[in-house]
Amino acid sequence: MTDRTGSMVARITLLRTMLVCVPALLVTAPALARTPALSEAAGTYDISSASQIRFSVDQIGGGGIRGSFGKFSGAVRIDGRRIGASTVSFTLYPQSVSAAEERIENFLRSSAVFDAATYPTVTFRSTAVRQTGADAAVVDGMLTARGITRREQFAVRLRQLSGGTIAFNVTGNVYRSRYRMDVGTPIYLNVVKFDMDIRAVRR
Amino acid sequence: MQGRRQAGYATPQGTTQDTPYGPLSICLHWLIAALIFALIGIGFAMRRTEIDPALQFSLYQWHKSLGLTVLALAALREIHWLFARHPQPVADLGPLERQASRTTHVVLALLCLFVPLSGWAVASTSTLAIPTLLFDRVLVPALPLARSAAGEAFWSLVHAGSAYLLLALAALHAAAALHHHFIRRNGVLLRMLGRPAAGNAGRPDGTRGPARRGTRR
Ligand code: HEM
Ligand code: HEM
Repeated sequence: MTDRTGSMVARITLLRTMLVCVPALLVTAPALARTPALSEAAGTYDISSASQIRFSVDQIGGGGIRGSFGKFSGAVRIDGRRIGASTVSFTLYPQSVSAAEERIENFLRSSAVFDAATYPTVTFRSTAVRQTGADAAVVDGMLTARGITRREQFAVRLRQLSGGTIAFNVTGNVYRSRYRMDVGTPIYLNVVKFDMDIRAVRR
Repeated sequence: MQGRRQAGYATPQGTTQDTPYGPLSICLHWLIAALIFALIGIGFAMRRTEIDPALQFSLYQWHKSLGLTVLALAALREIHWLFARHPQPVADLGPLERQASRTTHVVLALLCLFVPLSGWAVASTSTLAIPTLLFDRVLVPALPLARSAAGEAFWSLVHAGSAYLLLALAALHAAAALHHHFIRRNGVLLRMLGRPAAGNAGRPDGTRGPARRGTRR
């Protein structure tokens, strides 16, 4: 019976996206190089709880599900000399999902989607960071949700670098079916769009 | 049954019992009845919270698609009623029974429209705003009702109440049909099954059969 739950993977996909986004943020750090010197951005940062991890899944006929995650953690290490050597790791707790109403949140946590009781975390580990512009980078990494690991990619843009704080916007699309979270398709689209504002503080 | 029915219709013998239901009426009746029993089963199951949430989600979607199918079939039946001649009651029935059965049939037929409409209203007022995608294919618009928790709660109650009322009435109606068939042994059930009522009911010479074994009362 739990197998059926697999279809709800779509939501899980969202989580993955989030994870991916985090790595992207890390990548962004290199992008910083353009204004501040790369060496200035170089360092290791902890993702702060001031970050916003938002996701959305469109539905047929307009509208859709919008939500965010309140509990997560992660680190970004920016290699000042070789941006490509930078890394991002991110962990998300699907139990902390919030959405328009409780019924939706409970559904997302349930065995239909994240199965938060069985899989309390969704993780992202970057595998490659590629600078694509003065303040932009693409982060590849492995996203694990519901015990399934897949390669995902997030786009990172550096927003701010001041004092010991660095801010990125990370976006990416994750297909939830890849994580057996495709419950509700085709009413709800397979794509989970992540839009994350990541703030990280230098250690 | 058709051929013979035809005869029955105008027959001078006056065997009203022979008046047939046409194939369309018969198909609609049994198709709608089967769908309604399935819908009540699905509706009951999907509202119980212990079930697997993914299964529950698909049950809701099946419920909406099948429910709208009933709405379409019931509308077809009403239209058909307007144009086709409705069979005379079986001769075996007394005036009170005729009245009771006519009333039951009309109320059942109206509930077959009202129950799915009220279900559509639940889907249309729910703050979850889950689209209704008929059999995963056709997007069905929401009824023009405001979405609110209060509206959803109201229509939920109306939908559940009218659905269980329909079930109760259908049970009564089915019990009456079985009573006619097995106890009174008249043609009431047979003619809805498309079989010549003659077997049991069409008493050889069109006499009003109850005498035989019907305790008519
Ligand atoms: C003849 C057709 C139908 C029948 C007999 C029927 C029957 C039922 C029953 C028995 C329930 C469970 C009520 C409860 O125990 O709380 C239910 C719930 C429901 N039905 Fe139907 N239904 C029909 C058509 C529809 C249609 C056409 C729709 C929508 C397009 C619909 C939408 C719903 C919804 C959304 C619920 C859940 C209500 C809630 O969450 O409180 N139904 N239905
Ligand atoms: C939800 C289920 C049901 C509904 C909504 C329903 C509705 C109706 C309606 C509206 C009629 C009027 C005739 C017509 O269709 O034009 C009728 C007739 C009839 N129904 Fe049903 N019905 C249901 C279930 C059943 C069941 C389960 C049985 C048998 C066990 C049954 C036996 C009959 C019979 C025998 C007639 C013909 C009565 C006569 O000859 O006047 N029905 N039904």
